[in-house]
Amino acid sequence: METMTLEKLAENFQAKIDADIKIEPNDWMPDNYRKTLIRQISQHAHSEIVGMLPEGNWITRAPSLRRKAVLLAKVQDEAGHGLYLYSATETLGVSREDTIDDLHQGKVKYSSIFNYPTLTWADMGAVGWLVDGAAIMNQVALCRTSYGPYARAMVKICKEESFHQRQGYEIMTNLMNGTALQKEMAQDALNRFWWPALMMFGPSDAESKHTEQSMRWRVKRYTNDELRQAFVDATVPQAELIGLTVPDPKLKWNEERGHYDFGDIDWDEFWQVVGGNGPCNKERIEARVKAKEDGAWVREAATAFAEKRKMRENQ
Amino acid sequence: MENKLKFLLRLGDDSMILGQRLSELCGHGPILEEDIAMTNIALDLIGQATNIYTYAATLSTDFNDADGLAFLRFEHQYYNAVLVEQPNGNFGDTLVRQFFFDAFRVPLFQQMMQSKDETIAAIAEKSLKETRYHLKHSSEWVIRLGDGTELSHERAQLAVFDLWRYTQELFHMDDAERELVDAGIIPNLADLRGTWLQTVESVMQTATLQIPENQGFFGAGRLGRHSEYMGYILAQMQYMQRAYPGMQW
Amino acid sequence: MKSNEWPLWEVFIRSKQGLNHKHVGSLRAPDAEMALQNARDVYTRRSEGISIWVVQSALIVASDPTEADALFEPADSKVYRHPTFYDLPDGIEHM
Repeated sequence: METMTLEKLAENFQAKIDADIKIEPNDWMPDNYRKTLIRQISQHAHSEIVGMLPEGNWITRAPSLRRKAVLLAKVQDEAGHGLYLYSATETLGVSREDTIDDLHQGKVKYSSIFNYPTLTWADMGAVGWLVDGAAIMNQVALCRTSYGPYARAMVKICKEESFHQRQGYEIMTNLMNGTALQKEMAQDALNRFWWPALMMFGPSDAESKHTEQSMRWRVKRYTNDELRQAFVDATVPQAELIGLTVPDPKLKWNEERGHYDFGDIDWDEFWQVVGGNGPCNKERIEARVKAKEDGAWVREAATAFAEKRKMRENQ
Repeated sequence: MENKLKFLLRLGDDSMILGQRLSELCGHGPILEEDIAMTNIALDLIGQATNIYTYAATLSTDFNDADGLAFLRFEHQYYNAVLVEQPNGNFGDTLVRQFFFDAFRVPLFQQMMQSKDETIAAIAEKSLKETRYHLKHSSEWVIRLGDGTELSHERAQLAVFDLWRYTQELFHMDDAERELVDAGIIPNLADLRGTWLQTVESVMQTATLQIPENQGFFGAGRLGRHSEYMGYILAQMQYMQRAYPGMQW
Repeated sequence: MKSNEWPLWEVFIRSKQGLNHKHVGSLRAPDAEMALQNARDVYTRRSEGISIWVVQSALIVASDPTEADALFEPADSKVYRHPTFYDLPDGIEHM
């Protein structure tokens, strides 16, 4: 029996990727591919879970029965999405708990947008419309990512996600069809979430060091700037349709390019927030750490009971 | 107030306030799977409240839709049992509260399906299936906490001792309700206690938990007299409707 | 390696009479009863399932067509190389 050299394995691996053949859990893969995926998928999972907090903040204050139910369902979906993604991460040979410990210790990140506070009901509209909108852009692209379990999780997530964005936009539409106070609330929410939403796509391509390798391995299918541009192009007309003003004086349709030109992102703010100095970074992690620590006795109780029952059955 | 309306408000307010309490837990559960489970239950309860209030609104002279009933009454006009106002506390408190409630709602809905009022029967049928799941979920947890570790047993036992006194109110019957029973609209709530106790005793035994002897005080939530928690619950729940009156969301 | 984490279970759902059970993902649960309940909550939230199977991931025996035959390592018979599927001797705290 022939032993395959590392070069041959790597060659076969890249050939699969180039042919859009999925890589599955027990397939040979370069160490870096595995590490990159663990980081990317777990960060995606953490984002879903941490993302439950800014929206969960408004469930008890939702202004109608329908809005309360829809928000509950949305946040529950996010928990489910986190779970699908942890499930995909585990197929790479790492345990969920270890990735969560990494999150709590600041070794891995989650989407920076969730470090912003949700201050009014209109924020529920802005978050659903913009944040989920941005996420969808990213996620649809990832449905064709090279790693099987990740791609399948993304397909599931995408199916459920479109309702989230629609709900957010519906909230904004209702506000813009409402009273002066409601319109003001909606515009204020857009003012606070527009730029952070653009920052969700990450640093510019020039500053993004992992992009090239990730693109080659089809862990990423479009660059940050490509996705950001697509988001702006899709979202500006949605804002204008309901009478909202995007808070960017440099925003302008460019007929030649066929895209919107837009202003510069405040990269200082971006790096501050990513680095842990955003408005809510501390509170978000504290909440997650607390949930884990407060829950330890519960998890232990269930484990103890399972062991007792096994022993009883064996008698 | 019309008897049927009052009963519906008692039923709906139970679902609404408990749903509100469970909504506070979102994102803070002991493990992701439980966050999803508890949110599921909250969603079911809000759904029940919506159905019940929608019917109640057709009988109400003060409010003409479910949202009005949900968000615009004053504290003394809510008729939920005081049990559902109790704070979430630790996971043991939450699940024991849930268990006591679910063990009451399953036989309640089972019997309510025979109501001569078609809408009430339909509400019961719709709610029964999900309530059975709730009961299974809370029972399994009470058992695991009771018969888990020493610490979990202690916490579960404390929760049982603390919450037992509030369960009596669930079986409250007054003249209004007796008339509804005679008319075949609702089951006799006091009679439900037998089934409830059977379920509770069985689970408590498996959970190695003791049932307290004292039967507790008579709660007055059914009469609109609530615990001190209710004010804060409503302050949060009603905030948007009070701060921005009369608007569409 | 953490041994106090709940075991991992793989979940299979048959969404409609006449179809096969399909693998939909995994979840953590302390025992079979809770695994079934959690599976219902997580994977049938949109009424997607009528029959649920759960199996502890470590108990599944797998054969994947991989390059394993050609490697100097022995072929794995687990669904994937999860650290908790392997028993470590006592005394090895972290690996």
